[in-house]
Amino acid sequence: MLKGGVIMDVVTPEQARIAEDAGACAVMALERVPADIRRDGGVARMSDPAMIKGIQEAVTIPVMAKARIGHFAEAQVLQALEVDYIDESEVLTPADERHHIDKLAFEIPFVCGATNLGEALRRIGEGAAMIRSKGEAGTGNVVEAVRHMREIVAGIKRLAQLGPEELAGAAKEHQAPLEVVHEVAAKGSLPVPLFCAGGIATPADAALMMQLGAEGNFVGSGIFKSDDPERRAKAIVEATTHFDDPERVAAASIGLGEAMPGLEIAELAAADALLQDRGA
Amino acid sequence: MPDLRIGVLAIQGGFEAHERVLWKLGAEVTEVKVPADLEDLDGLVIPGGESTTISKGIESADLAEPIRAHCEAGKTVFGTCAGMIVCDDAHLALIDATASRNAFGRQLNSFEADLEVTGIGEEPLRAVFIRAPWVERHGAGVEVLSTYEDHPVAIREGSVLACAFHPELTEDPRLHALFMAMTSVREREETAR
Repeated sequence: MLKGGVIMDVVTPEQARIAEDAGACAVMALERVPADIRRDGGVARMSDPAMIKGIQEAVTIPVMAKARIGHFAEAQVLQALEVDYIDESEVLTPADERHHIDKLAFEIPFVCGATNLGEALRRIGEGAAMIRSKGEAGTGNVVEAVRHMREIVAGIKRLAQLGPEELAGAAKEHQAPLEVVHEVAAKGSLPVPLFCAGGIATPADAALMMQLGAEGNFVGSGIFKSDDPERRAKAIVEATTHFDDPERVAAASIGLGEAMPGLEIAELAAADALLQDRGA
Repeated sequence: MPDLRIGVLAIQGGFEAHERVLWKLGAEVTEVKVPADLEDLDGLVIPGGESTTISKGIESADLAEPIRAHCEAGKTVFGTCAGMIVCDDAHLALIDATASRNAFGRQLNSFEADLEVTGIGEEPLRAVFIRAPWVERHGAGVEVLSTYEDHPVAIREGSVLACAFHPELTEDPRLHALFMAMTSVREREETAR
């Protein structure tokens, strides 16, 4: 039950404890935060099981871990480790350029990224139990997360307006399973929680995404690449809970030191280095 | 009788699903994030989520004392899953019981079960357990309403109701109805006084 909470990327048991103490509702165990994956290049894979186990032992909150897109054997390993959630993540190097993991074959719930409603609906059709915006991980730049969240939310609103005879056409347009389209149109929301990920660096970023319709936030590099991770982690949790109370967000934002350095999206796009294009 | 005003603690967790159930049962529902939100409530729901996150949120919003005062005034509280942990004697101490966190295991060990629950009729209640706690110890004044594999999973003491599962995730509102009935009885007693 992660809604309303913050899920933080951690690379050591010590960071996991800092995240838990700050009020994170879960941690994402990985070897390198996205900013470092981006800097180092090469192939990014599932984390070392020993490292994941170390983090599971360090905290009582849920522990998530990432598998490469389409790499169902990594997901099997993560299920054997009894992680609480698997993130089929574009932050790692995709293992399959055409297929995502058949998530219905697993008992562990999956979270998947999406840049628009069609992607979200396809992932739900494959069995995802949670959707997050992809944003652009490791940039400290929230603009892509905003774009994706607005796309998804606007897409849901449009679907809810359509008549029953229009839904088959909408499903075709979104390249999405018809039954999921029907469900979203009837409900006026996704059948699974919608979180934000990819670029959150400040408490105000977190409050922005909640006001745009996120039900919780993932923060990757934004915490442990900043000056004062303990205080920033607490502040982002505070801003996620009290997102509609600017005075509390303001109070939480005071004296946090420098946020992580940010990257310009246009430069990454020019260098063909956008992670969000992986696994649509 | 005026509508019951029920607050749902909206720090983190499944508060929206609780709000929908309570609203369908006819309550006036409000979200509780800061102490002022507790004023004029008849009852308070503390939802499931992560108990460490919710506890820290209660601390940073200075909600612990106001919630205890709400309870001491005889107003009702309903804690579910992590909310049951938050009510226990190691946290807000609203009920004379100790919950054991993640007692039923990790996410992989989450399950559903049909429970017999005292006070809601004979029909079993479908219960969703997610990384669920159980009641490890409870005082003599605590009434056990339901057990699963010999572990208490629904308990009541005075104006406090608590369960280890997620009654807001199924279509069966009987436990919420029980909570509303506890709240309304208390309201009538108060008015009679």
